[in-house]
Amino acid sequence: MNAIKQAFRTVSDLWSLMVGLRVTGKYFVEPQRTVRYPWKAVSTVGTFKGHLELVGGTKDPFKPRCISCGMCAISCPSGCITVVKRKPPKPTPEEEKAVAEAKTRGEKVKDQTPKDPEKFLYDFSLCSLCGTCMENCPTGSLRFSHNVYVAGYSRNDFQYDLVLQLREAEAQAKPARREARPAAESEA
Amino acid sequence: MPTELIRILISLVAFAAAVGLIALVMVWVERKVCGHIQRRPGPYEVGPWGLLQPLADALKLMGKQLVMPDQADPFLYWLAPILVFVPVLLLYLPLPVGDGLYALDINLGVLLIIAFAGFTGLSMILGGWAQNNKYALLGAARTVSQSVAYEIPMLLSVLAVCFVSGSLNMAAVVKEQGTWPWNWNVMTQPLAFVIYIVSALGETNRAPFDLPEAESELTAGYHTEYSGMGFGMFFLAEYANMIVVASVATVLFLGGWQGPVLPGPLWFLLKVSLLVLLFVFFRWTYPRVRFDQLLNINWKWLMPLAVANLALTAFFVKVAQYAFVK
Ligand code: SF4
Ligand code: SF4
Repeated sequence: MNAIKQAFRTVSDLWSLMVGLRVTGKYFVEPQRTVRYPWKAVSTVGTFKGHLELVGGTKDPFKPRCISCGMCAISCPSGCITVVKRKPPKPTPEEEKAVAEAKTRGEKVKDQTPKDPEKFLYDFSLCSLCGTCMENCPTGSLRFSHNVYVAGYSRNDFQYDLVLQLREAEAQAKPARREARPAAESEA
Repeated sequence: MPTELIRILISLVAFAAAVGLIALVMVWVERKVCGHIQRRPGPYEVGPWGLLQPLADALKLMGKQLVMPDQADPFLYWLAPILVFVPVLLLYLPLPVGDGLYALDINLGVLLIIAFAGFTGLSMILGGWAQNNKYALLGAARTVSQSVAYEIPMLLSVLAVCFVSGSLNMAAVVKEQGTWPWNWNVMTQPLAFVIYIVSALGETNRAPFDLPEAESELTAGYHTEYSGMGFGMFFLAEYANMIVVASVATVLFLGGWQGPVLPGPLWFLLKVSLLVLLFVFFRWTYPRVRFDQLLNINWKWLMPLAVANLALTAFFVKVAQYAFVK
């Protein structure tokens, strides 16, 4: 009985060799999966998890949603993030007076400081792409970019200011608007 | 007999050139087939379809510095790559490529090939020993047990064919077979053919029996320390040996140069290349066997089967002689 079983197993083992050949033969004639990179690129970079980037607001996609709360910097296990808050703008004499009056009346004074960060320093060379910062952000202002083509010659090339990056993106996307804005500012 | 000598010399030169060329083509075929099996393009950058890639590789190998490890045996170290290649050329001598197209008409051609095929193993042992490297030594040790083991069923299967043909002369074996596939020896000796192919893979250290150079265990096995053309020679010999075993299989089992319509040498080349392609497919399909499996396949399966096949063949040949020839 055992001998028969053995013989049967041997035959089925031999058959598995044929199956293997059929698999490789099939793959041999099927089209290749390789994309010849410099000439063609894959179309699935959208699935790539690259460095962090700031998410813009709904009204102005180039103004970050970030409110400089610093949660991301605290939660980051690798300490890659430093959020630099904006200084409050120097108040005009009228404003100062208004504030003083309000204080004497015992009213709460609204902080006029813009909430978006002055600088958002991010060290990509330390980031482990864990996503903790994203989860802890109360405004959903962080996400992973799909930038596949990040390269640099030294560590320092990976110290990003994400606010600056957003501005650069703005400059690239809307050259016309960028020219219009300084003009408007100088008028004001 | 100076004409004989000149004939041998000319064909040796021709074979050396052919081996070099074939090895280049083989490297390309191997990499292309491997690539396509893994759904990659393989080499495609140098020349059309990457055809010049092996040439570039060969030039690179030649330009490399020849390094010898400390405390290696210099004489044996440099002898091995030369010794691995010389018998390969001899192996081509009795091979009939076409009708009357052979270097040496010798009536023990099969024997000559099998005798000299053992040399390859010898030079691998020498090389593996001379390098003063544990991986190389292990590779060499494996070569010994492997080629000694696989030589036997190979011989037995070849012998079965020679019983049927009644000759050890390769040209005679071919002539005895007919033009059409059903006249070939593979029809009367299918088991011997399978045994021959399997043990030929073992003999030439091709995957799945490439244990002497198992990369994952022995880095590069018996040629670990060789660089440049030292390694190149081993590499070349491997492919040349592959062509030899494929040619012998063609001659003994597949009717050699015999075939309809096309001229003889073309048929020969076609059959050899198909066999070699099969070997390449084997390599990229099957995982490497373990060493005990390797020996088990040989001693427990190939050997008894080959002996049984030989005995049966002898019996039937005798019966046939008795019945028809008397
Ligand atoms: S992804 Fe992780 S490591 Fe990178 S900045 Fe965010 S919290 Fe830090
Ligand atoms: S990115 Fe999010 S968590 Fe970080 S400072 Fe801005 S709002 Fe706070």
